[in-house]
Amino acid sequence: MQWRMTLAAVALGLSAAVTAAPAEQIIEIKDYQFVPQDVTVPAGTKLTWVNKDDAPHNIVQKDIKLRSTALDTGDAWSFVVNESGTYTYFCSLHPEMTGTITVEARQQ
Amino acid sequence: MNEFDPKRRATLQCMGMMASAGVLWTLVGGVPRAIAADSSHQPMTGAGASPFTFGQISDTHIGFNKAANPEPDKTAREAIARLQQLKPGFVLHTGDITQLSKTEEFDTAASLMQDIKSRTFYVPGEHDVLDEGGGKLYLERYGKGSKGNGWYSFDDHGVHFVALVNVFNLEAGHMAKLGSEQIAWLKDDLRGVGNSTPVVVFTHIPLWTVYEPWGWGTEDGDQALALLRSYGSVTVLNGHIHQVIQKVEGDITFHTARSTAFPQPAPGKAASPGPMAVPAEQLRSYLGITEVKPAPGLPGLQLLDTALARNGG
Repeated sequence: MQWRMTLAAVALGLSAAVTAAPAEQIIEIKDYQFVPQDVTVPAGTKLTWVNKDDAPHNIVQKDIKLRSTALDTGDAWSFVVNESGTYTYFCSLHPEMTGTITVEARQQ
Repeated sequence: MNEFDPKRRATLQCMGMMASAGVLWTLVGGVPRAIAADSSHQPMTGAGASPFTFGQISDTHIGFNKAANPEPDKTAREAIARLQQLKPGFVLHTGDITQLSKTEEFDTAASLMQDIKSRTFYVPGEHDVLDEGGGKLYLERYGKGSKGNGWYSFDDHGVHFVALVNVFNLEAGHMAKLGSEQIAWLKDDLRGVGNSTPVVVFTHIPLWTVYEPWGWGTEDGDQALALLRSYGSVTVLNGHIHQVIQKVEGDITFHTARSTAFPQPAPGKAASPGPMAVPAEQLRSYLGITEVKPAPGLPGLQLLDTALARNGG
């Protein structure tokens, strides 16, 4: 286990040396809800959804043609948002599950 | 047309909610009557039964592997064996054949369903249209000869059967939808069907609103039902909610079937509608099939829900 952690740390270090990793916002899916339901992030943020339910869920946003694969328990899916604006997304298996992403333009 | 009795309706709903007992329904002029079922699940009515019988299986969720049932293939096989004992003229599968719309899940389901020796008619559940093509795999297998996203109709023994699809084009924050194209098709389809013809509609998500906060309903279902209200006997069969719930509205009977894979909580009785883990020895009392056949000596249909096991075991 120790060597695995070391390798991971080295890999992370190399990655950081080459390019700065984008900021990441984790959104958990639990009890058929996106948590946090509403997020505000700067453009270029990596959004990662992690499914903690025993049922599959997905992420769909029609305006920007966003459609994840179905996420089974423990699966994660990421997407980097670049276009500023506010987007409502949902789970197409359970459309009562909705969330919003507000993307703010980066300060120059 | 018989008048609707709200007291009878309350009794019907109560009996329909029983988790483990067989419940027998007789449709007379569109209004169901409950008839006792004996311990062998056989109706207590007399002889003269027509050979016309069909079965309903639902929510097999092949590929599911969580605590609520790690072996959905096994319980599906048991359900199929029960169906075979009934020697149905045909079987309706009301969707969620698979868990994640994977090719191998469809393959396994097809292999299991081969044990049903009669023809099976399908409608998709939302779990069957998760592939990259957004339902392409389902429609390639089961959509031949259908319209739009898989809707169709057929006639058997003087009953008109309509397969409706309400798992495509879902919208954020809204319940299921049939869509205007399908409703227009239904209107046209019913044009040649006389009001005295019994109609059976089958679909995946309930056409009536069972519980809106969990999306258990079809937003434009009323538009379809409006086209059916002039008929003397309408039976609407669906799955999706993994439990038996009945509702009677005028001459229309709504009936949701059990799953063969795992139970879900009663509406609003849990934090979410997710798979409900029950003690292993009780699982089979929550899973089952539905049998539909004419009521002997009566003009309507009777529905009998049978659990894979009664009172556990």
